[in-house]
Amino acid sequence: MLLFFLLPIATLAITSLESGDFISGFDFTWNFGNYSRGFNLYSEQYLHAVEYGGSATIVALLVAYPAAYWIAFHAGPRKSSYLLAVLLPFFVSFVIRTLAWETILSDNGVLFGPLKSLNLLPNDFRVLATPVAVTGGLAYTFFPFMLLPVYASLEKIDRGLVEAAQDLFASKFEVFRRVIFPLSVPGVFAGVLLTGIPAVADYVNQDLLGGVGTTMVGRVIETQFEVNINYPLAAALAFVFMLGLLATLIIYQRIFGTEQIMGG
Amino acid sequence: MSEPAPEQARTADGDSVVFLDQVVKRFGSVVAVDRLTLEIRRGEFFSMLGPSGCGKTTTLRLIGGFEMPSEGMVRLDGQDVTDLPAYKRNVNTVFQSYGLFPHLSVYDNVAFGLRRKRVPAKEVERRVVEALELVSLAGYGKRRRSQLSGGQQQRVALARALVNRPQVLLLDEPLGALDLKLRKQMQLELKRIQKEVGITFVFVTHDQEEAMTISDRIAVMNNGKIEQLGRPEDVYERPATVFVAEFLGASNLLEGTYRGTDSGWGQVELANGVRIRIPIERDRKDGESLRVGVRPEKIQVFPVGTEPPATQNVVPATLRSAVFAGVSFQYFFQTAEGREMTAFDRNSTGGAVAKPGDAVRLAWAPQHTFVIPVGEAESSAQPKPHD
Ligand SMILES: Nc1ncnc2c1ncn2[C@@H]1O[C@H](COP(=O)(O)OP(=O)(O)OP(=O)(O)O)[C@@H](O)[C@H]1O
Ligand SMILES: [Mg+2]
Repeated sequence: MLLFFLLPIATLAITSLESGDFISGFDFTWNFGNYSRGFNLYSEQYLHAVEYGGSATIVALLVAYPAAYWIAFHAGPRKSSYLLAVLLPFFVSFVIRTLAWETILSDNGVLFGPLKSLNLLPNDFRVLATPVAVTGGLAYTFFPFMLLPVYASLEKIDRGLVEAAQDLFASKFEVFRRVIFPLSVPGVFAGVLLTGIPAVADYVNQDLLGGVGTTMVGRVIETQFEVNINYPLAAALAFVFMLGLLATLIIYQRIFGTEQIMGG
Repeated sequence: MSEPAPEQARTADGDSVVFLDQVVKRFGSVVAVDRLTLEIRRGEFFSMLGPSGCGKTTTLRLIGGFEMPSEGMVRLDGQDVTDLPAYKRNVNTVFQSYGLFPHLSVYDNVAFGLRRKRVPAKEVERRVVEALELVSLAGYGKRRRSQLSGGQQQRVALARALVNRPQVLLLDEPLGALDLKLRKQMQLELKRIQKEVGITFVFVTHDQEEAMTISDRIAVMNNGKIEQLGRPEDVYERPATVFVAEFLGASNLLEGTYRGTDSGWGQVELANGVRIRIPIERDRKDGESLRVGVRPEKIQVFPVGTEPPATQNVVPATLRSAVFAGVSFQYFFQTAEGREMTAFDRNSTGGAVAKPGDAVRLAWAPQHTFVIPVGEAESSAQPKPHD
């Protein structure tokens, strides 16, 4: 377990400190310059990743929580059908789904074309290639990773607890606030991790739905690695990205950690 | 408006805390509660006893506001609460599964109701501490549900309900999950606590012994109806229906015909001509068909050569078998007409009074005879087969 985890990280760390180029080969030279270069060149893309990935996670949560709540508490005996219906689109490969969104959202496509010709929207209105499209696309792509853990945590709440709270004078809202929500926090915690991590690292969505101005760091790493074949720079960028993520995770765990909330 | 305020007329005396008026509850085609009228008095320990599925929980949930009646009316303290949701009723429940909040400490669990009622923090603290003391859990405030035994959880659930000083406390088989010893101990404790706080307890159980031990009054339910309601002794000694007679322990039932009164006793003639004396409780018609019954522990067994007192009811029978149970023997007999009878006899002689196959006489005092009219409530008189 440790081996599988540590070996790639060590390799990555070593690569990030190499210098040279593709033609003449790379040598390990404690070249910290990769880090400063990566940071200077691409700090904006890091910021984008945090911005879009973060907003996408929040959007996914805001949509998934009410949906999961409704299915868990008000869908009656047909819960699994509703769940399946919500998740059905996600059986299609996410590249195809994202391409479909690209078609739908394109400047003069099926959605905006007619609206523009009816003068309901200004001619220069666009969603594609904006941060909104990227954020929305990310939220959509990783929606199931939010929905499922949140749903699972709501579903397993003992209905007797809801009645106990009502018995103790809690109104509908207070039942939610004092009992249901606190008990669903582990699911929200898991959902935020499962959505947030791939969302900040994603590079496909912004390719298809974004534009030049919306590049995220995942894309940069990919380009450095695959196209420019600058392994050390790519590794340095990835390493910083990973450390940042790790730090965020630790802080997140400290603040919202399940232990603290469930108390064992 | 058109009718002359019938509910005013129906409201019973000022001492009733709960009043169910002709309440019907249907779930689809299932009638869980069948036109039930029930009055529970202030400060009493009231039990609902009956087999599984007879509607006990549903009745309790109707009082608590977790179910709305299909027909009829629910009153609390004289006030119509039929349409009031659970959280607005001044009633608290101890659920069978306790329903303690796992994310809150014992203290916060107990304080939950008071906080919803916006009781000032100082008073919350005082009352929570007091309630935990009442259930002998002082000092347990910081624990979580997972750190409590079943019996302790049960006490917390009790404290959490009592701390609100409800008009009525509903308890749905609260002792069901406890082992026998703890159960007995909690029965006594519940009784003590009820006396101490003076709150009306409505207690649901399907354990007849528990109901007898603990209650001021018992309602024996069957098929969504009350078969009989009264003090434990009355319900036990004078069951009104075959169902009640058989649900509350073993009983011996014999069929006969009423033959008027003689020397202060009613006379019932059994098929084989044996005469049974019964207490005169009400007017009966000559020739009326009756069932007479007697509890097994009231019967004394007289082997051949011994003579039962002339003042007793005497039925000749043959011993079929005897079962030794330590403190007593249980005997199974067959009467001349082929009826099964059973008797408990205190093991005072260190042996059975007769051998299987022996002819004996079964005797009991006439005042211990109870009478169940034939025909009346006959349809509901059959105990459910699945119990
Ligand atoms: N929510 C419901 N939906 C459908 N039927 C129900 C519902 N609740 C109760 N019933 C039915 O109503 C009848 C009475 O149920 P209830 O739970 O009141 O019985 P009970 O006396 O409490 O039994 P037990 O001793 O097993 O707890 C049963 O036939 C039950 O199947
Ligand atoms: Mg029940």
